[in-house]
Amino acid sequence: MVSLQLRNLNRLLLQSKLNREERNVSRLNSAADLERLRQEILAHRDPNKPCVTICSGTGCHAYGSEAVYEAFVKEIHRNGLREKIDIRRTGCHGFCERGTLVVIFPEEICYLRVRPKDVPEIVSATLTEKKVVDHLLYEDANGQRIVHEGEIPFYSHQSRIVFGNNRLIDPRRIDDYIALGGYNALAKALFEMTTEQVLSEVKRANLRGRGGGGFPTGIKWETTRNAPAEIKYVIVNADEGDPGAYMDRSLLEGNPHSVLEGLLIGAYAIGSHQGFVYVRQEYPLAVGNLNIALEQAREYGLLGLNILGSGFDFDVKVHRGAGAFVSGESSALMTAIEGRVGEPRPKYIRTAVSGIWQRPSNLNNVETWATVPLIINKGAEWFTSIGTERSKGTKIFSLVGKVNNTGLVEVPMGTTLREVIFNIGDGIPGGKKFKAVQTGGPSGGVIPDSLLDIPVDFDELTKVGSMMGSGGMIVMDEDTCMVDIARYFLNFLAGESCGKCLPCREGIYQMLKILNRICEGNGREGDIEFLEEISEVVRDFSLCALGQTAPNPILSTIRYFRDEYEAHIKEKRCPAGVCKALIFYYIDPQKCQACMICLRDCPAEAITGGKNLIHIIDQEKCTKCGTCLEVCPPRFGAVSKLSGVKVPEPVLQGTEAIRKRGKGK
Amino acid sequence: MVQELAQIDEIVGKYAGDKSALIQVLLDAQCQNRWLPKDILKGVSQRLGVPLTQIYHIASFYKAFSLMPKGRHSVSVCLGTACQVRGAPRLLDKVTETLKVKSGETSADMQFSLDTVNCLGCCALGPVMVVDGEYYGKPSAKELEQIITAKQIEP
Amino acid sequence: MSEVTLIINDEEVKAKEGMTILEAARNAGIDIPTLCYHEKLAPYGACRLCTVEIVRGQRSRLVASCVYTVEDGLIVKTESEPVIKGRKMLLELMWARAPGVQPIRNYGMRYGISGVQAIRDYGITSISTTKFEIEPTFCILCGLCVRYCTEVKRENAIGFIGRGTEREVVFFPEIARKECPNCKECYSICPTGALPSHYALAEARHST
Repeated sequence: MVSLQLRNLNRLLLQSKLNREERNVSRLNSAADLERLRQEILAHRDPNKPCVTICSGTGCHAYGSEAVYEAFVKEIHRNGLREKIDIRRTGCHGFCERGTLVVIFPEEICYLRVRPKDVPEIVSATLTEKKVVDHLLYEDANGQRIVHEGEIPFYSHQSRIVFGNNRLIDPRRIDDYIALGGYNALAKALFEMTTEQVLSEVKRANLRGRGGGGFPTGIKWETTRNAPAEIKYVIVNADEGDPGAYMDRSLLEGNPHSVLEGLLIGAYAIGSHQGFVYVRQEYPLAVGNLNIALEQAREYGLLGLNILGSGFDFDVKVHRGAGAFVSGESSALMTAIEGRVGEPRPKYIRTAVSGIWQRPSNLNNVETWATVPLIINKGAEWFTSIGTERSKGTKIFSLVGKVNNTGLVEVPMGTTLREVIFNIGDGIPGGKKFKAVQTGGPSGGVIPDSLLDIPVDFDELTKVGSMMGSGGMIVMDEDTCMVDIARYFLNFLAGESCGKCLPCREGIYQMLKILNRICEGNGREGDIEFLEEISEVVRDFSLCALGQTAPNPILSTIRYFRDEYEAHIKEKRCPAGVCKALIFYYIDPQKCQACMICLRDCPAEAITGGKNLIHIIDQEKCTKCGTCLEVCPPRFGAVSKLSGVKVPEPVLQGTEAIRKRGKGK
Repeated sequence: MVQELAQIDEIVGKYAGDKSALIQVLLDAQCQNRWLPKDILKGVSQRLGVPLTQIYHIASFYKAFSLMPKGRHSVSVCLGTACQVRGAPRLLDKVTETLKVKSGETSADMQFSLDTVNCLGCCALGPVMVVDGEYYGKPSAKELEQIITAKQIEP
Repeated sequence: MSEVTLIINDEEVKAKEGMTILEAARNAGIDIPTLCYHEKLAPYGACRLCTVEIVRGQRSRLVASCVYTVEDGLIVKTESEPVIKGRKMLLELMWARAPGVQPIRNYGMRYGISGVQAIRDYGITSISTTKFEIEPTFCILCGLCVRYCTEVKRENAIGFIGRGTEREVVFFPEIARKECPNCKECYSICPTGALPSHYALAEARHST
C-alpha cells in the first residue's frame, strides 16, 4: 500500500513562483537572444556535476516521490554537499511499475523503487563514495543487475524521441527546456521558414493524429488555414478520456513546453493567434505545470505579443474539463469551450472549417503537438524514415493491466505487439497465460494471442477489428472474462453517453441489459445475434463517434471469443471464473485440514466448521469475494473456484476432517 | 445569499465576466464549497447572464459537480480499465461494505462520500483508491479498516 | 443562392443551395419520417429517424437528412434496405419508452415493428411481444419542447438535466410558474403527450 499527499501540490506551485523571483528574466526579442540565453544557461551548468533526478509524475507522486525529494534535500544538506550536488524533480520517466525512479547524473545510474529510507544510503554510497547500491538496481530474469537507465530492457527496446526529454527537465523550469534546445524549432519556423514551408514539412512528414483518429495532421492544418475567415483557433485536446491511458497527462505534466512549442508552430502555419488547451480537471498536476509553463513562456516573450520579435502574436487559454468522456470528442470539446454543454454537434461540417463560435478551429492531441518541433528541427525525411509505410514516427502507449512492467512506452510504428508486451512489458505476472490485449479504449477492440505479431500501425490495428486509439494498451490474462470486459466498456459508455441521440442512448442501454443478463446466468439463445443486430444500428445511426464506435468492444470480443459467450449462455459457465453469478467457491472435504483460517477471515461469516471439523461454505451467504481461496494455505489447497457445474452436496455438519499425517507442522 | 453573491462576484471577476467561462466558474465554485447549492447556481445565472436551464444542464451533466452536499471525507475508487482488470470491482465492494455507503452517495452522518472515477492515471498502483487526496494502491481489507477508522476519529 | 439538382429515389429534385436533404425532399413531396424536426426550430439530429442513404461514386453512407446540406449530383435513397432496418430498430427502441403513442404507432405500422403487430393482430401491447422490455417514461427526449421554449418563446422555462438514460426534461418552477400558465404551446408540440404530466409534477413538487 502506498500513499500520496496531493495537498502538496499547492506548496509546489508556490515554490515555483518563488523560483521565478530568484531568476533574472528578461524578454527575448530575437532568435539570437534565444541562442544567447541558451549559451548563458549552459555556461552555468556543469555536465559533470552530480545531479540527483527524481521522477515526479503523478504515478511516482503516488509512491511518495515528494518525500524522497525532501529526504534528499535534508541528507545532502546534512552532509554539507549542497553546493556540490544538484537535485532536480523531473517529469515522468515512464517505468511506472518501479516508482519512485531516481537517476543519478552524469553516470545515469538508475535506482528503482526508492523510498525515503533508502536515501541516506544513496547519498553516502553513490554520491560520496561513488559506489553503486545493488539492491536498488534493476535485476533481469537471470539475476543480472543493470546500472544504467538506458540499458534496462524496458528502455532499451524503446525509441523515446518524444517522451525522452521528460527525464532531463524539471517541467517548472523553462530554462531546463531551453538548455536542451527547446524553442529552436519555433525560432527556425518564425525566422527561416514561411508559413507554407512549415505546413509543407508537416504534410510531407505524414504525421497522423495521435489522439485516436489517425487523421493526417498536415491536411487538417491545411483545411483550417484555407478556410476563409479572419480569426482561427488551434486547440490542444488534453481530455484523454480513455480509461487506462495516461500518456498525454505525463507529457503535459512532464514537458509542457514541448506541447506549447508545437502549438506555436502550428498556429504560425495556420494563421491563428489564439490557442486553447482543454485539459481534464482530474489532472491537477498537469493543469498546474501547464499554467506555470505558460507564465514562464510569457515572461520570456515566447508567448503573447510579438513573439521573439517576429511580429507574430499568439496566446493560450486553459480550459478545464469537468468530467465527461464525450466532451473529448472534437465538436463537443469546442462546444464546451464556448461555455455550453459539451455535447457533439450533429452537423456534417468539419470543425476545421467551422469550430469554436463557427470559426475554423484546428484540434490536435497532446502527443501530436509535441511531435511537431521534432519534425521542424530534424525534417520530414528523418521522420518518415521511422515507422511503416502509412504510419510514420513513433507512438507512446500506456502499457497497463496484467503485465509486469506497467508504464509508458514509446516505440516506432511497426513494432509488433508481442515485442511491446513481452520484451518491454516482460510478459504476464504470476506465470499466467496471455489472453488478449485491448487497444483503442472504449472505441477499440481486443486482439488475441494469434495476432500478437501484427505491427503497431493505424491501419493494421483497424483491420483486425480494433484501432490505435489514443494509446491505451490493456493486457489481459486467463483470469479476465471477455464477456465481462465487453460489459465493462458498455457500462462505461452508457454512463458517458450524452443522451441526445436515440440509437446511442437507448441502444447502448439495451445492449448492456442483455450483457448483464448473460453475466448473471440468464443468457438466452439468440442473444449474440441480437447483440450484433443492435450493434449495426448503433454504429450506423449514432450522431457521434462515441455511439458509432460503442459496439466495437462487443463485436470484437464476439469475433475472437465467441466460445466464452456461448459458455455463459448455454452452459451457464464463466471460463475465466469472474462472473459472480456463475461461479462458486468450494472447500474439498477430502483436503480440508480444518485450520480455521478461512473461517475466521470470511467477511460474510459464511463458513461453518471448527477445529478438526470440515469447513463448509454456506452458498446462500457467500458473497464470492474470494478471500477463502486467497488464505487457504497452499500446502492444503482445499479451496477451489468452480463454474458451470452443480455445487456438490455438502458433507454433514460436524464431520471430522481427515488430518494428513507426516506432512509436518 | 449575500455571501454567495460576493463569492460568485470574485470568481466571475477572475474570468472578466466571460459567459464562455461558465464551466470554469462552476468548477471554482464547486472547489470552494465542495458542492453547488441552489443559491450559487442562481447567482451564477444572474451574474453571467446565462439562463438557469443551461446552468442546471451543465451542473447535472458533468461528474465534477455535485448538487448535493458532500460528506467531510471523500473516497474515490478508480474503475479505469487497468484497475478493472486488476480487481477494482472487488475493491469497490470492500469499500462499500466498510463505509456502508453506495457509490454516488453520502453516509447519513455526512462523514463519507463515495464515488467512482474513470482513470486517475496511476495504473501501476492499481487498483487505486483516493481518500481526501491521498492515493492508496492495492489496499487490503485490514488496511482499508485502518484508513477509514483514522478518518473517523480525525478532529 | 444557386440551385442544385439531386436525385432522390431515382427522381431528379431541384433545391436551393444551403437546404438540407430533408427540406429538399419535403418540398418535392417525398416523405421522410421525423420525430424531432420542426420547421420553426433549428434542426437537432437526435431521433435519427430521418436517416437516409447517400451515394457518392462507389461509396455509400448513412446520414441524418435533417442536417445534411444538399450537394449537386448527390444520390439519395430514403427507403433502402439498411435505412429501413435501422428505422425499425429505432422505433422498437422508442416503443420501449413510449409504448402506444400515436406517431410511433403510425410509423410502427408503416415499417412493421413487433409491438404494433400485436396491437393490430390482438389489440394488445405486452412485454412479450416487443423486442425490448418496456420501461415507459413517455419521453423520447426529442427536445422539441426545450428547443421551442429556448428558440421561439425565449423563456427558458423548461430544460434538460443529466446525461445518457438519466437525461430528463424538467420544468424550472421559478420561471414556469410565471410563464407557463399563459402559454402551454409546447404541449401540442410534444409527440408523446408527456408534457402535461411533467408540468403537473413540477407544480406539485414546488408547492410542497
